[in-house]
Amino acid sequence: MEDRMTLTRRRVLALTAGFAAVPALQLLSGVAHAAAEDTTKLIADFTGGKEPQSGKIKLTAPEIAENGNTVPVSVSVDSKMADGDMVQSVMLVAEGNPRPEVVTFHFTALSGAAAATTRMRLAKTQSVIALAKMADGSVYMDKKEVKVTIGGCGG
Amino acid sequence: MAATPKPRVKVPKTAKAGEVIVLKTLISHEMESGQRKDKEGKVIPRKIINKFTCELNGQLVFSADIDPAISANPYLEFSARVPESGTFKFTWVDDDGSIYTDEQKIEVR
Repeated sequence: MEDRMTLTRRRVLALTAGFAAVPALQLLSGVAHAAAEDTTKLIADFTGGKEPQSGKIKLTAPEIAENGNTVPVSVSVDSKMADGDMVQSVMLVAEGNPRPEVVTFHFTALSGAAAATTRMRLAKTQSVIALAKMADGSVYMDKKEVKVTIGGCGG
Repeated sequence: MAATPKPRVKVPKTAKAGEVIVLKTLISHEMESGQRKDKEGKVIPRKIINKFTCELNGQLVFSADIDPAISANPYLEFSARVPESGTFKFTWVDDDGSIYTDEQKIEVR
């Protein structure tokens, strides 16, 4: 009898917690969805509708960024940068920022290597995406999750 | 209003013909994102460097389209293949139309 009582109480508690969590989750997914649409459109504009493949491109970013105002990021693409094997451009996307676009690098035969480093702002913990467009039209993608301690978009 | 943006560029003095070198550039600029608000709650208008290019002897080496998510004092590091001696020209374009430039010579031995 006593056992049953505790079980019921536990169940009641669990149920209450579950109900409380539902609206919070819905709210979160609603916000994420709006940004996700922007990101999807941005990526589609860059790729021209091509499905990004994995490999070739490597995105380097810290796992934890204490200051979201200045997060170092490096991107490099495995390419000879000569003859037909060329990288045209590389785009960085931060899907959790108020505006997902970060920067687009354009390379030429004089670039020698398709690699670049910069510092970016991250509003909150999120995934950073790097996309590379090759001269033959193929698209490669890499993704890194960066945990942000202090957001970097002000306001 | 911040002081006039000052570019700083690091280019090796010499290179071997065809060598791939690394270039580092920095320009002092507040990169106002257009997302921040002042004390009265008004949005501070966006003012950023939106374009960067690097040329060697007039030929494009590297360029970047920059959005507000790039940090203040934008830093860019990239590489260049140097076929011959010449001059690197770096150009930054501000939202207000101002253009900031810097030039560095490189000698091929």
